[in-house]
Amino acid sequence: MADLLDGMLRAFWLVVTLDSDLVEITLRSLRVTLTALAVASAIALPFAALLAVRRFRMRRITIAVLNALMGLPPVVVGLIVYVFLSRSGPLGVMGLLFTPTAMIIAQVIIIVPLVASIAHQSLRELWSDYHDLLISMNASQGQRIKALLWDGRRALLTAALAGFGRAIGEVGAIMVVGGNIDHATRVLTTAIALETGKGDFAMALGLGFVLIAMAITVNLAIHWLGHTESEGRW
Amino acid sequence: MKTALFPLVAKQAMVRRRGKVLVGPIDLTLEGRGTTVVIGPNGAGKTTLLKMLHGIVRMNGGALEWACSREEAQRRQAFVFQTPIMMRRSVVDNIAYPLQLIGVARAEARARAALWAEQINLGDALDRQATLLSGGERQKLALARALIREPDLLFLDEPCASLDGRATREIEEILLRAAASGTRLIMSTHNMGQAQRLADEILFVLQGCIHEFSLAREFFEGPKTTQAHAFLRGDIVE
Repeated sequence: MADLLDGMLRAFWLVVTLDSDLVEITLRSLRVTLTALAVASAIALPFAALLAVRRFRMRRITIAVLNALMGLPPVVVGLIVYVFLSRSGPLGVMGLLFTPTAMIIAQVIIIVPLVASIAHQSLRELWSDYHDLLISMNASQGQRIKALLWDGRRALLTAALAGFGRAIGEVGAIMVVGGNIDHATRVLTTAIALETGKGDFAMALGLGFVLIAMAITVNLAIHWLGHTESEGRW
Repeated sequence: MKTALFPLVAKQAMVRRRGKVLVGPIDLTLEGRGTTVVIGPNGAGKTTLLKMLHGIVRMNGGALEWACSREEAQRRQAFVFQTPIMMRRSVVDNIAYPLQLIGVARAEARARAALWAEQINLGDALDRQATLLSGGERQKLALARALIREPDLLFLDEPCASLDGRATREIEEILLRAAASGTRLIMSTHNMGQAQRLADEILFVLQGCIHEFSLAREFFEGPKTTQAHAFLRGDIVE
């Protein structure tokens, strides 16, 4: 209990004094996760729309696999990315291991199935509404996808936020491929793991509270920007 | 000079779902003028027939032949559904959408949509969300959206179902205007008054087949079949 209180105090002080290490790793956390989210959304959202619009032979299997991949264990993803990026691996020449880029790659792989799956659920419903109309109007496949992505944008925001939530709190994969190197690849979650390992619970808790506060802030900011829940909008 | 869309010839056209014949086999020739009203009891296959002719329901047999190519015919027709489908956009964007699909620039499409919104008395609701409209307004919007590409042929599936007298009159006025400017209308209805007001030809459908196809005047004066007679009298026809 004393640890918890001490942690809150520590978190308070870290934020109030704008501790330079804290600011650095928080910004890195944000940069890595937001970049991963942007890349993942760019892949997952059109893919989800395509799955909704198009009927092809392997469609049901694809959707089932996608749903199953939502539970991809991050540490395994980290391991696989590690093998690919390591010096002896196929992409070793790029020298990406233990860089923020490697962390972004791992996070993209983790959240693409999640974002695509959630997005597909809502786009599928939208498509069942639009199906007859768009076919009647002779919309091409690209136009159908565009209409779904645009008119379903609020539901897609939820999918993206779920992806953000998973990525920002993720520690297994980025620990493996990033290495938790101070001033290079240390982010909030890996720092928390480190402080906990060192036995500095107050510091770990302090960082934890900062992480939670940041996740809430980003969510609120995106909701506010997207005008979600305001009247007559989606 | 536009090539002719009609006559539309259906040969042994049939739609089956789960082993059950919904429509057909149908042999039908539709000429290029006037308004055809499809009547018949619920479940007779009116909606499926319209959708089949429009080409959004796959046929399981037979053929549809237009006077022009299928793609061109597809481009020159529109469909108004029984429950209007509102896209999650503003009124003006809904009406403009079909134009944008064929490559009209957004600004111009919206300007033309605004003119249409004026005509259907939605001129002051341009930026309202379409999904918040009332039933009558939705149906008018769907009509404007179908007519904005100036189709040669317009299908309507019970456009006035569950609308009150005033809304029905407004819709009929728009339809009469469209028909006067040369749009071929094929619509289904349960409202015999409306059928009498609008129809040039009557297509009486029973159990998925065309039971009677005649000029509206002849049909209402004296239908040829006993079932049509009973239907007009208001009896239950099965």
